[in-house]
Amino acid sequence: MAFPSTAQQACSPSGPPSPKRMSPRVPFRLSGAAALLALGGCREGVLAPRGPVGSAEVQLLYETAAAMLIVVVPVLALTLIYAWWFRASNTRAVRRPNWDYSGRIEFSIWVIPILVILFLGTLTWTGAHDLDPYRPLRSARRPVTVQVVSLDWKWLFIYPELGIASVNELALPSGTPVNFQLTSGTVMNSFFIPQLGGQIYTMAGMQTRLSLAADKPGTYDGLSAQFSGDGFSDMHFKVLASDQAGFDRWVAQARQAPMTLDTTAYAALALARGTTAVIHYRSVAPDLFRTILAEGAEHPAPQPPGATPTVPPPMPMSPM
Amino acid sequence: MFGKLTLSAFPLDQPIIMGTIAVLIIGIAGVLGLITVLRRWKWLWVEWITTVDHKRVGIMYILLALVMLLRGFSDAIMMRMQLALAHGGHPGFLPPEHYDQVFSAHGTIMIFFVAMPFVVGLMNFAVPLQIGARDVAFPVMNSLSFWLTAAGALLPNIALGVGEFARTGWLVYPPLSELPYSPGVGVDYYLVALQISGIGTLLSGINLVTTILKCRAPGMTLMMMPVFTWCALAANMMIVAAFPILTGTFAMLMLDRYLGMHFFTNDAGGAPMMFLNLIWSWGHPEVYILVLPCFGVFSEVISTFSGKPLFGYRSMVVATMVITLLAFVTWLHHFFTMGSGADVNAFFGIATMIIAIPTGVKVFNWLFTMYGGQIRFETPVLWTIGFMITFVIGGMTGVLMAVPPNDFLLHNSLFLIAHFHNVIIGAVIFGSFAGLNYWWPKAFGFTLHSGLGKAIFWCWFVGFWLAFMPLYILGFLGMTRRMNHTDNPLWVPYLVAAAIGACIIMTGILLQFVQIAVSIRQRRYHRDMTGDPWGGRTLEWSVPSPAPSYNFARIPQVTGLDAWWTQKAAGRTVTPPAFEAIETPRNSPIGFITAFFAVVGGFGVIWHIWWLAVPAVIAALAALVTSSWRPRGELILSADTVARTERSLRPRSA
Repeated sequence: MAFPSTAQQACSPSGPPSPKRMSPRVPFRLSGAAALLALGGCREGVLAPRGPVGSAEVQLLYETAAAMLIVVVPVLALTLIYAWWFRASNTRAVRRPNWDYSGRIEFSIWVIPILVILFLGTLTWTGAHDLDPYRPLRSARRPVTVQVVSLDWKWLFIYPELGIASVNELALPSGTPVNFQLTSGTVMNSFFIPQLGGQIYTMAGMQTRLSLAADKPGTYDGLSAQFSGDGFSDMHFKVLASDQAGFDRWVAQARQAPMTLDTTAYAALALARGTTAVIHYRSVAPDLFRTILAEGAEHPAPQPPGATPTVPPPMPMSPM
Repeated sequence: MFGKLTLSAFPLDQPIIMGTIAVLIIGIAGVLGLITVLRRWKWLWVEWITTVDHKRVGIMYILLALVMLLRGFSDAIMMRMQLALAHGGHPGFLPPEHYDQVFSAHGTIMIFFVAMPFVVGLMNFAVPLQIGARDVAFPVMNSLSFWLTAAGALLPNIALGVGEFARTGWLVYPPLSELPYSPGVGVDYYLVALQISGIGTLLSGINLVTTILKCRAPGMTLMMMPVFTWCALAANMMIVAAFPILTGTFAMLMLDRYLGMHFFTNDAGGAPMMFLNLIWSWGHPEVYILVLPCFGVFSEVISTFSGKPLFGYRSMVVATMVITLLAFVTWLHHFFTMGSGADVNAFFGIATMIIAIPTGVKVFNWLFTMYGGQIRFETPVLWTIGFMITFVIGGMTGVLMAVPPNDFLLHNSLFLIAHFHNVIIGAVIFGSFAGLNYWWPKAFGFTLHSGLGKAIFWCWFVGFWLAFMPLYILGFLGMTRRMNHTDNPLWVPYLVAAAIGACIIMTGILLQFVQIAVSIRQRRYHRDMTGDPWGGRTLEWSVPSPAPSYNFARIPQVTGLDAWWTQKAAGRTVTPPAFEAIETPRNSPIGFITAFFAVVGGFGVIWHIWWLAVPAVIAALAALVTSSWRPRGELILSADTVARTERSLRPRSA
């Protein structure tokens, strides 16, 4: 099975082509106009990106949609026109009851879709590489690393460089790239902040990566986009993007928090099934993320009373 | 004694479930009572339960699909109501542990027990007639296939009242579906039901591939087969290739759950993502297994009702075969967000898009079939044009999501839900109803009520757009699937609109049963005396309606495409001058008996009642083996009987 490779290594930070731009290009609005109208100006969701990754992805969405509409709109129109014009009761329509082949038309109906797909395929190839979630964002500012652990049914964010952690609240300095390292302490989830850009799965025993950034200060919604059990619908978190001073204040506040996150506290957090209010931890056991990753699902879901555990104790597992 | 089954498995404290069960029991008792009062048990046994006639097996498949549509749709309307109500702190009426079963059951039932039996039923019914055969290659196995599918469909419905169904989503992704996270019997119900019905589907696939390749009328070369038959060949080849993957994957998950193995567990070296790869290696071809036969229906309908041969027959055949091959190299697009890396994602994205080329060709071919035609807007045509409009949009949103960065934004969102309902309702449901209206007279000898048929179409068409366009928007607004309640006031109007759309679809579904009832009552007015009510082009329209058990009094000689049209144009007579004796397969109860033991054994496996499971599985296998040594030969219909049947079915031309 192909698994999280080290794609980010291929793109050296000193290389000339900018992997992902930090400044969003002007979105291509033509095809999105209808959708934007329907969304009433669009202050939320994926069509209202607030970061370079989201902006680039939305632009690609518009470009691909526009390319397809070039074919789709005429096909829809022709369907209705032909169906109407060639209705049995239309005396003016010219009937060709035996016409079933035309080399020129046959050629065109293969070539037109092929050309569209050639174009879209090119966009797909470049898009998949430019917007590879594993590629770090280029920026003059030093990126922040956040380690993300999905739990039943809450999100744990560890800031390894700062030695603090939080649950269900993700604070970021705006204008600064954030490198996420993600895993799961339970079943699979998907880490998603719709306004900052695309999502990635979190899987026990495995690490995925994601690079995102917020352009401006603001509060954004984050969620799990992969169903993970009964408490899934409340598995949300707030993203607080603020300027560097605001982020520093948040860090200072977290350092005042009463709780610390050692392996025991983590085990208790992981076992407590259900969502929770925001928690801050003033310190984190060193290498906690590595430990979680190595253990995979060290803490299986509690068995219902009376049920005998049929699964043998987990063996240590190295991350893939 | 009863394994894991205790009194607590019966949801006596759940008013919604108990109410449903009460209605179900009353309904079933009513049907059984009616059969008893009308003294129809023997008739039911002889004419239907033990029948091996491909047409009746096909009809039973479709009946199963229609009944299961009621169940699957009840789940759908409950979900839409729940989401229209549950926002801003209101919990709605379905707590997560029920809601999760409802959406899992909805997907499972709609794909496996509505779409599959409907499509398989249409193929079963029409393919032998189209190729000038008297039955499928293995008629008894055909009956077994159907009964195994029905057995599989029964189990999720038993789960309604005994225990629970899976709460994991319709494809039971591990590790959520593994014992530590799903200790109940829900996942076991799912696995056992689909293992049983999966065997049925595989056997049906083998049967139809053999039938199409070996049982065609003399003269019918491959390139003279009707396009529906081509599509059926492609779909059944995919069944034969893909369903063993499903069986194997579920077998591994069962080994995990029953014997503590670690194929897909989080711990001990299990690889949950391997399950995703395997299940979608079946799952993506499955989409085309469902959709290709419906493309075939649309091809037949548009050509018949335009009064023209299908435009670009060869392109159509090539496009079908290209789709068949490519369907097996796109599975990874279901989880671009796994983090496979840019090269892998780009490969599968582009492979997915390439399927849009042959699909686009097909759409153009239907378009140019209409060009120069004389289109009669009968019910099947409405479904076909509705399909073309709906499906083009669904195809476009599908290609959008095939671009990995787009998918990062839209994966698992309601945009995805809207997309796949757009293609599955737009193609499979529309196609099935087009086929139902199109072939109904061939099955029963009278056409379906046309006005009601059109009303049903408009309910589905309008209801579909109202129910699913808001979901596209909600996907853009960041709403993800499988949410039990929401807390975003901006989403509420869209959720309410979607619920209204679902109610309009419900009207269409209810009218479907009204249409069938009214048409049966008025069957004298809608009687099809000619056997060819639509001005058909393919061989099924050359036999009387309803098609006699032996299909063709004399096997036709095929000389070209659109065999029946060619014969009509040449002015050949409908009734052959002399009749001959025909050998037809004898009824067999073996399908029903095996399926009965499969249900009993499956129930035992689900609840760990081994004293019940082991003998039942042995009995099922023993019954099958025993039936292979049938002492009696097949049934011979004398030339007189054939002549009498033909005259009674076609009084005017005789």
